[in-house]
Amino acid sequence: MSDMKHKELPDYLGSTLTVKCEKCKEELSERELAEHGFICPRCGGYNRMPARMRLAMLCDEDTFREMNECVESENLISFPDYDEKLAAAKAKSGERDGVVCGTARICGNPVCLFVMESKFMMGSMGTVVGDKIAALFEYAAKHSLPVVGYTVSGGARMQEGMLSLWQMAKVSGAVKKHSNAGNFYLVCCTDPTTGGVTASYAMLGDVIIAEPGALVGFAGKRVIEQVTGVKLPASFQSAEFQLGNGFLDDIVPREEQRGYIGHLLAIHRK
Amino acid sequence: MNAYEKVKCTREAGRATAKDYIDAMFDGFVEFHGDRRFGDDPALIGGVATLDGKPVTVLGIEKGRDVSEHVARNFGCVSPEGYRKALRLMKQAEKFSRPVVCIVDTQGANCGIGAEERGEGAAIAENLYEMMDLHTPVLTLMVGEGSSGGALALAVADEIWMLENAYFTVVSPEACASILYKDSARAPEAAEHLKLAAQDLIEMGIIERVIAEPRDFTDPAQCKAYMEKLRDEVAGKLHALRGKKMNTLLSDRYEKYRKIGRCAPEGAMPAPKKH
Ligand SMILES: [Zn+2]
Repeated sequence: MSDMKHKELPDYLGSTLTVKCEKCKEELSERELAEHGFICPRCGGYNRMPARMRLAMLCDEDTFREMNECVESENLISFPDYDEKLAAAKAKSGERDGVVCGTARICGNPVCLFVMESKFMMGSMGTVVGDKIAALFEYAAKHSLPVVGYTVSGGARMQEGMLSLWQMAKVSGAVKKHSNAGNFYLVCCTDPTTGGVTASYAMLGDVIIAEPGALVGFAGKRVIEQVTGVKLPASFQSAEFQLGNGFLDDIVPREEQRGYIGHLLAIHRK
Repeated sequence: MNAYEKVKCTREAGRATAKDYIDAMFDGFVEFHGDRRFGDDPALIGGVATLDGKPVTVLGIEKGRDVSEHVARNFGCVSPEGYRKALRLMKQAEKFSRPVVCIVDTQGANCGIGAEERGEGAAIAENLYEMMDLHTPVLTLMVGEGSSGGALALAVADEIWMLENAYFTVVSPEACASILYKDSARAPEAAEHLKLAAQDLIEMGIIERVIAEPRDFTDPAQCKAYMEKLRDEVAGKLHALRGKKMNTLLSDRYEKYRKIGRCAPEGAMPAPKKH
Protein backbone atom coordinates (compact mmCIF):
# COMPACT_ATOMS: atom_id res chain seq x y z
CA MET A 1 0.00 0.00 0.00
CA SER A 2 1.22 3.44 -0.87
CA ASP A 3 2.19 5.80 1.94
CA MET A 4 1.07 8.72 -0.17
CA LYS A 5 -1.81 10.66 1.27
CA HIS A 6 -4.27 12.43 -1.00
CA LYS A 7 -2.54 13.35 -4.15
CA GLU A 8 -2.54 17.13 -4.08
CA LEU A 9 -6.11 18.10 -5.00
CA PRO A 10 -6.30 20.17 -8.14
CA ASP A 11 -6.97 23.62 -6.79
CA TYR A 12 -10.62 23.88 -7.81
CA LEU A 13 -11.45 25.93 -4.73
CA GLY A 14 -8.78 28.50 -5.54
CA SER A 15 -9.46 28.36 -9.27
CA THR A 16 -9.76 31.60 -11.17
CA LEU A 17 -11.10 29.88 -14.30
CA THR A 18 -14.47 30.60 -15.77
CA VAL A 19 -16.39 27.50 -16.90
CA LYS A 20 -19.77 26.80 -18.45
CA CYS A 21 -22.40 24.81 -16.57
CA GLU A 22 -22.83 21.53 -18.46
CA LYS A 23 -26.60 21.80 -18.08
CA CYS A 24 -27.73 25.44 -18.39
CA LYS A 25 -24.57 26.58 -20.24
CA GLU A 26 -24.33 29.68 -18.05
CA GLU A 27 -20.84 30.91 -17.31
CA LEU A 28 -19.67 30.76 -13.73
CA SER A 29 -16.39 30.50 -11.90
CA GLU A 30 -14.95 27.05 -11.40
CA ARG A 31 -14.43 27.94 -7.76
CA GLU A 32 -18.13 28.61 -7.29
CA LEU A 33 -19.04 25.33 -8.99
CA ALA A 34 -16.54 23.41 -6.82
CA GLU A 35 -17.86 25.03 -3.65
CA HIS A 36 -21.29 23.67 -4.54
CA GLY A 37 -20.01 20.13 -5.12
CA PHE A 38 -20.20 20.64 -8.89
CA ILE A 39 -23.95 21.23 -8.71
CA CYS A 40 -24.79 24.41 -10.58
CA PRO A 41 -25.92 27.15 -8.16
CA ARG A 42 -27.98 28.70 -10.97
CA CYS A 43 -29.96 25.75 -12.36
CA GLY A 44 -29.27 22.95 -9.86
CA GLY A 45 -27.90 20.77 -12.69
CA TYR A 46 -25.34 18.10 -11.85
CA ASN A 47 -21.98 18.75 -13.48
CA ARG A 48 -19.38 16.01 -13.76
CA MET A 49 -17.27 15.84 -10.66
CA PRO A 50 -13.53 15.16 -10.79
CA ALA A 51 -12.60 11.81 -9.21
CA ARG A 52 -10.49 13.35 -6.46
CA MET A 53 -13.23 15.78 -5.48
CA ARG A 54 -15.55 12.79 -5.08
CA LEU A 55 -13.01 11.06 -2.88
CA ALA A 56 -12.74 14.19 -0.76
CA MET A 57 -16.56 14.29 -0.53
CA LEU A 58 -16.93 10.60 0.37
CA CYS A 59 -13.99 9.61 2.53
CA ASP A 60 -13.30 10.36 6.17
CA GLU A 61 -10.58 12.97 6.32
CA ASP A 62 -7.07 11.74 5.63
CA THR A 63 -8.11 8.08 5.26
CA PHE A 64 -7.74 7.56 1.51
CA ARG A 65 -4.68 5.56 0.47
CA GLU A 66 -4.27 5.18 -3.26
CA MET A 67 -3.36 1.89 -4.96
CA ASN A 68 -1.67 1.43 -8.31
CA GLU A 69 -1.49 5.17 -8.83
CA CYS A 70 1.60 4.90 -11.04
CA VAL A 71 0.16 2.53 -13.65
CA GLU A 72 -0.13 4.09 -17.09
CA SER A 73 -1.63 2.97 -20.39
CA GLU A 74 0.57 1.92 -23.25
CA ASN A 75 -0.32 1.86 -26.89
CA LEU A 76 -0.55 -1.92 -26.87
CA ILE A 77 -1.88 -2.46 -30.39
CA SER A 78 -0.08 0.53 -31.95
CA PHE A 79 -3.34 2.34 -32.64
CA PRO A 80 -2.76 5.56 -34.61
CA ASP A 81 -2.84 8.80 -32.57
CA TYR A 82 -3.46 6.94 -29.30
CA ASP A 83 -0.19 8.12 -27.71
CA GLU A 84 -1.17 11.73 -28.40
CA LYS A 85 -4.67 11.15 -27.03
CA LEU A 86 -3.24 9.66 -23.84
CA ALA A 87 -0.88 12.59 -23.38
CA ALA A 88 -3.73 15.07 -23.88
CA ALA A 89 -5.98 13.17 -21.44
CA LYS A 90 -3.25 13.20 -18.79
CA ALA A 91 -2.77 16.92 -19.18
CA LYS A 92 -6.52 17.61 -19.08
CA SER A 93 -7.33 15.38 -16.09
CA GLY A 94 -4.14 15.46 -14.04
CA GLU A 95 -4.55 11.66 -13.78
CA ARG A 96 -2.50 8.84 -15.29
CA ASP A 97 -5.62 7.02 -16.51
CA GLY A 98 -9.40 6.87 -16.15
CA VAL A 99 -9.82 5.50 -12.64
CA VAL A 100 -8.53 6.21 -9.12
CA CYS A 101 -8.48 3.21 -6.73
CA GLY A 102 -7.62 2.80 -3.08
CA THR A 103 -8.74 2.13 0.46
CA ALA A 104 -10.40 4.53 2.87
CA ARG A 105 -13.03 4.85 5.57
CA ILE A 106 -16.52 6.19 5.00
CA CYS A 107 -18.30 7.21 8.23
CA GLY A 108 -15.80 5.03 10.05
CA ASN A 109 -16.32 1.96 7.84
CA PRO A 110 -13.31 0.49 6.04
CA VAL A 111 -13.85 0.25 2.28
CA CYS A 112 -12.13 -0.24 -1.06
CA LEU A 113 -13.00 2.46 -3.56
CA PHE A 114 -12.79 3.06 -7.26
CA VAL A 115 -13.82 6.34 -8.84
CA MET A 116 -13.70 6.83 -12.59
CA GLU A 117 -12.55 10.14 -14.08
CA SER A 118 -14.59 11.68 -16.88
CA LYS A 119 -11.81 14.05 -17.91
CA PHE A 120 -9.66 11.11 -18.97
CA MET A 121 -11.03 10.15 -22.41
CA MET A 122 -14.59 10.29 -21.00
CA GLY A 123 -13.80 7.49 -18.55
CA SER A 124 -13.27 5.02 -21.35
CA MET A 125 -12.24 1.58 -20.14
CA GLY A 126 -8.94 0.21 -21.34
CA THR A 127 -6.56 -2.29 -19.76
CA VAL A 128 -5.41 0.08 -17.00
CA VAL A 129 -8.96 0.88 -15.88
CA GLY A 130 -9.97 -2.80 -16.05
CA ASP A 131 -6.86 -4.15 -14.39
CA LYS A 132 -6.84 -1.60 -11.56
CA ILE A 133 -10.49 -2.32 -10.75
CA ALA A 134 -9.96 -6.10 -10.96
CA ALA A 135 -6.96 -5.78 -8.63
CA LEU A 136 -9.07 -3.73 -6.23
CA PHE A 137 -11.79 -6.42 -6.09
CA GLU A 138 -9.15 -9.10 -5.52
CA TYR A 139 -7.61 -7.04 -2.72
CA ALA A 140 -11.06 -6.49 -1.22
CA ALA A 141 -11.86 -10.22 -1.45
CA LYS A 142 -8.57 -11.13 0.20
CA HIS A 143 -9.16 -8.72 3.09
CA SER A 144 -12.96 -9.21 3.33
CA LEU A 145 -13.64 -5.57 2.53
CA PRO A 146 -16.62 -4.03 0.76
CA VAL A 147 -16.18 -2.17 -2.53
CA VAL A 148 -17.78 1.15 -3.40
CA GLY A 149 -17.46 2.25 -7.02
CA TYR A 150 -18.38 5.35 -9.00
CA THR A 151 -18.78 4.88 -12.73
CA VAL A 152 -18.63 7.44 -15.51
CA SER A 153 -17.81 6.11 -18.94
CA GLY A 154 -18.41 6.35 -22.64
CA GLY A 155 -17.67 2.61 -22.82
CA ALA A 156 -14.75 0.44 -23.81
CA ARG A 157 -11.67 2.25 -25.15
CA MET A 158 -11.57 1.33 -28.81
CA GLN A 159 -7.92 2.33 -29.20
CA GLU A 160 -7.04 -0.85 -27.29
CA GLY A 161 -9.15 -3.12 -29.48
CA MET A 162 -10.14 -6.49 -28.01
CA LEU A 163 -7.88 -5.89 -25.02
CA SER A 164 -10.38 -3.32 -23.78
CA LEU A 165 -13.47 -5.48 -24.48
CA TRP A 166 -11.71 -8.21 -22.50
CA GLN A 167 -11.71 -6.01 -19.37
CA MET A 168 -15.49 -6.36 -19.14
CA ALA A 169 -15.11 -10.08 -18.59
CA LYS A 170 -12.07 -9.69 -16.37
CA VAL A 171 -13.69 -7.22 -13.99
CA SER A 172 -17.00 -9.15 -13.95
CA GLY A 173 -15.02 -12.24 -12.93
CA ALA A 174 -13.29 -10.35 -10.14
CA VAL A 175 -16.64 -8.98 -8.91
CA LYS A 176 -17.98 -12.55 -8.87
CA LYS A 177 -15.01 -13.77 -6.84
CA HIS A 178 -15.50 -10.94 -4.35
CA SER A 179 -19.25 -11.65 -4.16
CA ASN A 180 -18.83 -15.42 -3.72
CA ALA A 181 -16.86 -14.70 -0.56
CA GLY A 182 -19.84 -12.80 0.89
CA ASN A 183 -18.53 -9.29 0.38
CA PHE A 184 -20.63 -6.20 -0.31
CA TYR A 185 -20.40 -4.11 -3.48
CA LEU A 186 -22.21 -0.80 -4.02
CA VAL A 187 -21.96 1.04 -7.31
CA CYS A 188 -23.11 4.56 -8.09
CA CYS A 189 -23.70 5.35 -11.78
CA THR A 190 -22.95 8.95 -12.66
CA ASP A 191 -23.48 10.85 -15.87
CA PRO A 192 -22.83 9.21 -18.32
CA THR A 193 -22.50 5.47 -17.64
CA THR A 194 -22.77 3.64 -20.94
CA GLY A 195 -21.53 0.83 -23.18
CA GLY A 196 -19.12 -1.75 -21.83
CA VAL A 197 -19.12 -0.35 -18.31
CA THR A 198 -22.92 -0.61 -18.09
CA ALA A 199 -22.67 -4.11 -19.58
CA SER A 200 -20.30 -5.20 -16.81
CA TYR A 201 -19.45 -3.85 -13.37
CA ALA A 202 -21.91 -0.92 -13.31
CA MET A 203 -24.80 -3.42 -13.30
CA LEU A 204 -23.28 -5.99 -10.91
CA GLY A 205 -23.58 -4.26 -7.54
CA ASP A 206 -25.47 -5.73 -4.61
CA VAL A 207 -26.78 -2.19 -4.48
CA ILE A 208 -26.87 -0.03 -7.61
CA ILE A 209 -27.67 3.66 -7.27
CA ALA A 210 -27.37 6.63 -9.61
CA GLU A 211 -27.19 10.39 -9.40
CA PRO A 212 -30.33 12.35 -10.35
CA GLY A 213 -30.59 12.89 -14.10
CA ALA A 214 -27.54 10.76 -14.94
CA LEU A 215 -27.56 9.04 -18.33
CA VAL A 216 -27.34 5.29 -17.75
CA GLY A 217 -27.67 2.91 -20.69
CA PHE A 218 -26.00 0.44 -22.98
CA ALA A 219 -26.38 1.52 -26.62
CA GLY A 220 -25.86 5.14 -27.58
CA LYS A 221 -29.08 7.13 -27.76
CA ARG A 222 -28.23 8.65 -31.14
CA VAL A 223 -27.42 5.21 -32.54
CA ILE A 224 -30.80 3.90 -31.36
CA GLU A 225 -32.50 6.91 -32.98
CA GLN A 226 -30.71 6.15 -36.24
CA VAL A 227 -31.53 2.45 -36.16
CA THR A 228 -35.19 2.83 -35.14
CA GLY A 229 -36.00 6.18 -36.75
CA VAL A 230 -37.68 7.22 -33.51
CA LYS A 231 -36.89 10.51 -31.80
CA LEU A 232 -36.28 9.61 -28.17
CA PRO A 233 -37.34 11.82 -25.25
CA ALA A 234 -34.79 13.42 -22.93
CA SER A 235 -35.89 11.01 -20.22
CA PHE A 236 -34.75 7.96 -22.25
CA GLN A 237 -31.88 6.19 -20.44
CA SER A 238 -32.05 8.64 -17.55
CA ALA A 239 -31.50 7.44 -14.00
CA GLU A 240 -35.24 7.91 -13.48
CA PHE A 241 -35.94 5.68 -16.52
CA GLN A 242 -33.63 2.99 -15.11
CA LEU A 243 -35.26 3.23 -11.68
CA GLY A 244 -38.69 2.86 -13.29
CA ASN A 245 -37.56 -0.16 -15.28
CA GLY A 246 -36.19 -1.86 -12.19
CA PHE A 247 -32.45 -1.60 -12.73
CA LEU A 248 -31.57 0.74 -9.88
CA ASP A 249 -32.11 0.42 -6.15
CA ASP A 250 -32.49 4.17 -5.84
CA ILE A 251 -31.47 7.61 -7.00
CA VAL A 252 -29.45 9.39 -4.35
CA PRO A 253 -28.64 13.14 -4.46
CA ARG A 254 -24.97 13.95 -4.31
CA GLU A 255 -25.08 15.62 -0.90
CA GLU A 256 -26.76 12.53 0.64
CA GLN A 257 -24.45 9.91 -0.86
CA ARG A 258 -21.84 9.84 1.88
CA GLY A 259 -24.44 9.25 4.58
CA TYR A 260 -26.37 6.72 2.45
CA ILE A 261 -23.24 4.72 1.64
CA GLY A 262 -21.92 4.95 5.19
CA HIS A 263 -25.22 3.57 6.50
CA LEU A 264 -25.22 0.62 4.08
CA LEU A 265 -21.56 -0.12 4.81
CA ALA A 266 -22.40 -0.26 8.52
CA ILE A 267 -25.32 -2.66 7.85
CA HIS A 268 -23.02 -4.96 5.83
CA ARG A 269 -20.01 -4.66 8.10
CA LYS A 270 -18.42 -8.01 8.90
CA MET B 1 -7.47 -11.00 -47.49
CA ASN B 2 -7.04 -7.82 -45.49
CA ALA B 3 -8.97 -7.21 -42.27
CA TYR B 4 -11.95 -5.49 -43.85
CA GLU B 5 -12.25 -8.05 -46.62
CA LYS B 6 -12.58 -10.65 -43.89
CA VAL B 7 -15.27 -8.59 -42.17
CA LYS B 8 -17.21 -8.37 -45.44
CA CYS B 9 -16.73 -12.06 -46.07
CA THR B 10 -18.47 -12.90 -42.76
CA ARG B 11 -21.53 -11.00 -44.00
CA GLU B 12 -21.83 -12.84 -47.30
CA ALA B 13 -24.81 -15.04 -48.05
CA GLY B 14 -24.05 -18.74 -48.28
CA ARG B 15 -21.71 -18.78 -45.31
CA ALA B 16 -22.68 -21.33 -42.65
CA THR B 17 -24.70 -19.78 -39.82
CA ALA B 18 -25.18 -21.09 -36.28
CA LYS B 19 -28.10 -23.29 -37.32
CA ASP B 20 -25.96 -25.01 -39.98
CA TYR B 21 -23.39 -25.89 -37.32
CA ILE B 22 -26.07 -27.19 -34.98
CA ASP B 23 -27.57 -29.36 -37.74
CA ALA B 24 -24.25 -30.67 -39.02
CA MET B 25 -22.25 -31.24 -35.84
CA PHE B 26 -24.79 -32.34 -33.24
CA ASP B 27 -27.30 -35.18 -33.02
CA GLY B 28 -30.83 -35.11 -31.63
CA PHE B 29 -30.96 -31.37 -31.07
CA VAL B 30 -34.00 -30.26 -29.09
CA GLU B 31 -34.60 -26.53 -29.07
CA PHE B 32 -35.76 -24.82 -25.88
CA HIS B 33 -37.45 -21.46 -26.00
CA GLY B 34 -37.82 -18.49 -23.70
CA ASP B 35 -36.12 -16.81 -20.80
CA ARG B 36 -39.01 -17.51 -18.37
CA ARG B 37 -38.97 -13.79 -17.62
CA PHE B 38 -40.30 -11.88 -20.59
CA GLY B 39 -40.19 -13.68 -23.91
CA ASP B 40 -38.36 -15.74 -26.47
CA ASP B 41 -35.62 -14.21 -28.59
CA PRO B 42 -35.38 -15.77 -32.07
CA ALA B 43 -31.85 -14.36 -32.49
CA LEU B 44 -30.61 -16.84 -29.87
CA ILE B 45 -31.12 -20.56 -30.45
CA GLY B 46 -30.58 -22.83 -27.47
CA GLY B 47 -31.15 -26.42 -26.55
CA VAL B 48 -29.66 -29.83 -25.85
CA ALA B 49 -28.13 -32.39 -28.15
CA THR B 50 -25.47 -35.04 -28.20
CA LEU B 51 -22.02 -34.66 -29.62
CA ASP B 52 -20.17 -37.87 -30.26
CA GLY B 53 -22.81 -39.59 -28.10
CA LYS B 54 -22.39 -37.27 -25.10
CA PRO B 55 -24.95 -34.68 -23.93
CA VAL B 56 -24.16 -31.02 -24.50
CA THR B 57 -25.99 -27.71 -24.24
CA VAL B 58 -25.75 -25.73 -27.47
CA LEU B 59 -26.30 -21.98 -27.79
CA GLY B 60 -26.08 -20.16 -31.09
CA ILE B 61 -26.60 -16.62 -32.29
CA GLU B 62 -28.48 -17.03 -35.55
CA LYS B 63 -28.81 -14.23 -38.07
CA GLY B 64 -30.72 -16.19 -40.71
CA ARG B 65 -29.85 -17.16 -44.26
CA ASP B 66 -32.08 -14.95 -46.39
CA VAL B 67 -33.94 -11.68 -46.05
CA SER B 68 -37.08 -13.09 -44.43
CA GLU B 69 -34.97 -15.08 -41.98
CA HIS B 70 -32.79 -12.03 -41.26
CA VAL B 71 -35.87 -10.10 -40.29
CA ALA B 72 -37.34 -12.96 -38.26
CA ARG B 73 -34.04 -13.37 -36.38
CA ASN B 74 -33.45 -9.62 -35.97
CA PHE B 75 -30.21 -9.99 -37.99
CA GLY B 76 -28.61 -11.90 -35.15
CA CYS B 77 -28.81 -8.95 -32.77
CA VAL B 78 -29.65 -10.50 -29.41
CA SER B 79 -32.06 -8.85 -26.97
CA PRO B 80 -31.91 -9.07 -23.16
CA GLU B 81 -34.29 -12.05 -23.19
CA GLY B 82 -31.92 -13.87 -25.56
CA TYR B 83 -28.98 -13.46 -23.19
CA ARG B 84 -31.23 -14.46 -20.29
CA LYS B 85 -32.39 -17.56 -22.18
CA ALA B 86 -28.74 -18.40 -22.80
CA LEU B 87 -27.93 -18.00 -19.11
CA ARG B 88 -30.93 -20.11 -18.09
CA LEU B 89 -29.71 -22.92 -20.34
CA MET B 90 -26.13 -22.57 -19.14
CA LYS B 91 -27.24 -22.92 -15.52
CA GLN B 92 -29.20 -25.99 -16.61
CA ALA B 93 -26.06 -27.38 -18.23
CA GLU B 94 -24.22 -26.81 -14.96
CA LYS B 95 -26.95 -28.64 -13.05
CA PHE B 96 -26.78 -31.68 -15.32
CA SER B 97 -22.98 -31.58 -15.66
CA ARG B 98 -22.92 -31.25 -19.42
CA PRO B 99 -20.60 -28.90 -21.27
CA VAL B 100 -21.74 -25.82 -23.18
CA VAL B 101 -20.88 -25.00 -26.79
CA CYS B 102 -21.57 -21.41 -27.84
CA ILE B 103 -21.68 -20.45 -31.51
CA VAL B 104 -21.25 -16.71 -31.99
CA ASP B 105 -22.15 -14.77 -35.12
CA THR B 106 -23.40 -11.26 -34.38
CA GLN B 107 -22.87 -7.70 -35.53
CA GLY B 108 -23.71 -6.68 -31.94
CA ALA B 109 -26.42 -6.75 -29.30
CA ASN B 110 -29.85 -5.47 -30.23
CA CYS B 111 -29.76 -1.70 -30.38
CA GLY B 112 -33.34 -0.70 -29.64
CA ILE B 113 -35.78 0.93 -27.29
CA GLY B 114 -37.23 -2.26 -25.79
CA ALA B 115 -33.76 -3.74 -25.35
CA GLU B 116 -32.74 -0.72 -23.28
CA GLU B 117 -35.97 -0.78 -21.28
CA ARG B 118 -35.40 -4.41 -20.41
CA GLY B 119 -31.75 -3.97 -19.47
CA GLU B 120 -29.47 -5.00 -22.34
CA GLY B 121 -26.45 -3.87 -20.33
CA ALA B 122 -27.55 -5.71 -17.20
CA ALA B 123 -28.25 -8.90 -19.17
CA ILE B 124 -24.80 -8.93 -20.77
CA ALA B 125 -23.15 -8.11 -17.44
CA GLU B 126 -24.91 -11.00 -15.75
CA ASN B 127 -23.74 -13.44 -18.40
CA LEU B 128 -20.11 -12.35 -18.04
CA TYR B 129 -20.39 -12.64 -14.26
CA GLU B 130 -22.05 -16.06 -14.21
CA MET B 131 -20.07 -17.61 -17.06
CA MET B 132 -16.79 -16.89 -15.31
CA ASP B 133 -17.98 -19.15 -12.50
CA LEU B 134 -20.05 -21.68 -14.44
CA HIS B 135 -19.18 -25.11 -13.05
CA THR B 136 -19.01 -26.90 -16.38
CA PRO B 137 -16.77 -26.64 -19.45
CA VAL B 138 -17.57 -23.89 -21.99
CA LEU B 139 -16.23 -23.76 -25.54
CA THR B 140 -17.02 -20.81 -27.81
CA LEU B 141 -16.83 -20.95 -31.60
CA MET B 142 -16.63 -17.57 -33.35
CA VAL B 143 -17.92 -18.48 -36.79
CA GLY B 144 -18.51 -15.09 -38.42
CA GLU B 145 -19.22 -11.70 -36.95
CA GLY B 146 -18.29 -10.92 -33.37
CA SER B 147 -18.93 -7.35 -32.41
CA SER B 148 -18.71 -5.84 -28.97
CA GLY B 149 -20.33 -6.83 -25.68
CA GLY B 150 -23.09 -8.64 -27.54
CA ALA B 151 -20.56 -11.22 -28.73
CA LEU B 152 -18.54 -11.28 -25.51
CA ALA B 153 -21.72 -12.23 -23.62
CA LEU B 154 -21.30 -15.76 -25.02
CA ALA B 155 -17.51 -15.74 -25.05
CA VAL B 156 -16.46 -16.17 -21.44
CA ALA B 157 -15.21 -19.66 -22.09
CA ASP B 158 -12.45 -22.12 -21.33
CA GLU B 159 -11.39 -21.83 -24.96
CA ILE B 160 -12.40 -19.63 -27.86
CA TRP B 161 -11.91 -20.95 -31.38
CA MET B 162 -12.25 -18.71 -34.37
CA LEU B 163 -12.71 -19.34 -38.06
CA GLU B 164 -9.86 -17.94 -40.10
CA ASN B 165 -12.04 -15.19 -41.59
CA ALA B 166 -14.19 -14.48 -38.54
CA TYR B 167 -13.69 -11.27 -36.61
CA PHE B 168 -14.01 -10.34 -32.93
CA THR B 169 -13.90 -6.68 -32.04
CA VAL B 170 -14.60 -4.10 -29.36
CA VAL B 171 -16.55 -1.99 -31.87
CA SER B 172 -17.60 -2.55 -35.46
CA PRO B 173 -15.12 -1.05 -37.93
CA GLU B 174 -17.90 1.12 -39.35
CA ALA B 175 -18.80 2.57 -35.95
CA CYS B 176 -15.12 3.01 -35.11
CA ALA B 177 -14.54 4.93 -38.35
CA SER B 178 -17.57 7.12 -37.84
CA ILE B 179 -16.47 7.98 -34.29
CA LEU B 180 -12.79 8.54 -35.05
CA TYR B 181 -12.90 9.94 -38.58
CA LYS B 182 -16.57 11.04 -38.74
CA ASP B 183 -16.65 8.89 -41.87
CA SER B 184 -17.87 5.30 -41.85
CA ALA B 185 -16.43 4.85 -45.36
CA ARG B 186 -13.03 4.63 -43.66
CA ALA B 187 -14.05 1.33 -42.04
CA PRO B 188 -11.29 -0.60 -43.90
CA GLU B 189 -8.65 1.50 -42.14
CA ALA B 190 -10.36 1.10 -38.78
CA ALA B 191 -10.62 -2.68 -39.28
CA GLU B 192 -6.87 -2.86 -39.79
CA HIS B 193 -6.10 -0.83 -36.65
CA LEU B 194 -8.57 -2.66 -34.39
CA LYS B 195 -6.67 -5.97 -34.76
CA LEU B 196 -9.90 -7.91 -35.01
CA ALA B 197 -8.77 -10.86 -37.15
CA ALA B 198 -8.23 -14.39 -35.80
CA GLN B 199 -4.50 -14.24 -36.50
CA ASP B 200 -4.12 -11.03 -34.44
CA LEU B 201 -6.20 -12.41 -31.58
CA ILE B 202 -4.33 -15.69 -31.25
CA GLU B 203 -1.11 -13.67 -30.93
CA MET B 204 -2.68 -11.60 -28.15
CA GLY B 205 -3.80 -14.74 -26.31
CA ILE B 206 -7.50 -13.85 -26.69
CA ILE B 207 -8.31 -17.03 -28.61
CA GLU B 208 -6.86 -20.53 -28.53
CA ARG B 209 -7.30 -21.79 -32.06
CA VAL B 210 -7.76 -20.63 -35.64
CA ILE B 211 -9.96 -22.96 -37.69
CA ALA B 212 -9.35 -23.39 -41.42
CA GLU B 213 -12.48 -22.66 -43.46
CA PRO B 214 -13.73 -24.58 -46.49
CA ARG B 215 -12.94 -22.67 -49.66
CA ASP B 216 -16.62 -22.76 -50.56
CA PHE B 217 -19.29 -23.11 -47.86
CA THR B 218 -21.94 -23.75 -50.50
CA ASP B 219 -20.18 -26.86 -51.80
CA PRO B 220 -21.90 -29.74 -49.93
CA ALA B 221 -18.90 -32.09 -50.03
CA GLN B 222 -16.42 -29.47 -48.78
CA CYS B 223 -18.83 -28.29 -46.12
CA LYS B 224 -19.55 -31.83 -44.90
CA ALA B 225 -15.86 -32.66 -44.54
CA TYR B 226 -15.25 -29.36 -42.72
CA MET B 227 -18.14 -29.90 -40.30
CA GLU B 228 -17.09 -33.48 -39.52
CA LYS B 229 -13.53 -32.46 -38.79
CA LEU B 230 -14.69 -29.59 -36.59
CA ARG B 231 -17.13 -31.89 -34.77
CA ASP B 232 -14.32 -34.32 -33.95
CA GLU B 233 -12.06 -31.53 -32.73
CA VAL B 234 -14.80 -30.03 -30.54
CA ALA B 235 -15.65 -33.46 -29.13
CA GLY B 236 -11.97 -34.04 -28.37
CA LYS B 237 -11.63 -30.68 -26.62
CA LEU B 238 -14.78 -31.19 -24.54
CA HIS B 239 -13.45 -34.58 -23.50
CA ALA B 240 -10.19 -32.99 -22.37
CA LEU B 241 -12.01 -30.19 -20.50
CA ARG B 242 -14.29 -32.72 -18.77
CA GLY B 243 -11.17 -34.46 -17.50
CA LYS B 244 -10.03 -31.37 -15.60
CA LYS B 245 -10.71 -30.98 -11.89
CA MET B 246 -13.47 -28.38 -11.43
CA ASN B 247 -11.27 -26.04 -9.36
CA THR B 248 -8.58 -26.18 -12.00
CA LEU B 249 -11.05 -25.58 -14.80
CA LEU B 250 -12.46 -22.50 -13.05
CA SER B 251 -9.15 -21.03 -11.94
CA ASP B 252 -7.69 -21.53 -15.42
CA ARG B 253 -10.71 -19.78 -16.95
CA TYR B 254 -10.41 -16.88 -14.50
CA GLU B 255 -6.68 -16.56 -15.13
CA LYS B 256 -7.12 -16.63 -18.91
CA TYR B 257 -9.14 -13.40 -18.62
CA ARG B 258 -7.18 -12.00 -15.71
CA LYS B 259 -3.72 -12.20 -17.20
CA ILE B 260 -4.34 -10.32 -20.47
CA GLY B 261 -3.50 -6.65 -20.06
CA ARG B 262 -2.22 -7.22 -16.53
CA CYS B 263 -0.56 -4.04 -15.35
CA ALA B 264 -1.73 -3.16 -11.81
CA PRO B 265 0.49 -5.03 -9.33
CA GLU B 266 -0.75 -3.65 -6.03
CA GLY B 267 -3.52 -5.62 -4.37
CA ALA B 268 -3.77 -8.12 -7.22
CA MET B 269 -3.69 -11.83 -6.44
CA PRO B 270 -0.42 -13.30 -7.65
CA ALA B 271 -0.81 -15.43 -10.77
CA PRO B 272 -1.32 -19.07 -9.74
CA LYS B 273 1.42 -21.60 -10.33
CA LYS B 274 1.22 -23.67 -13.51
CA HIS B 275 -0.58 -26.93 -12.99
ZN1 LIG C 1 -26.50 25.36 -14.60
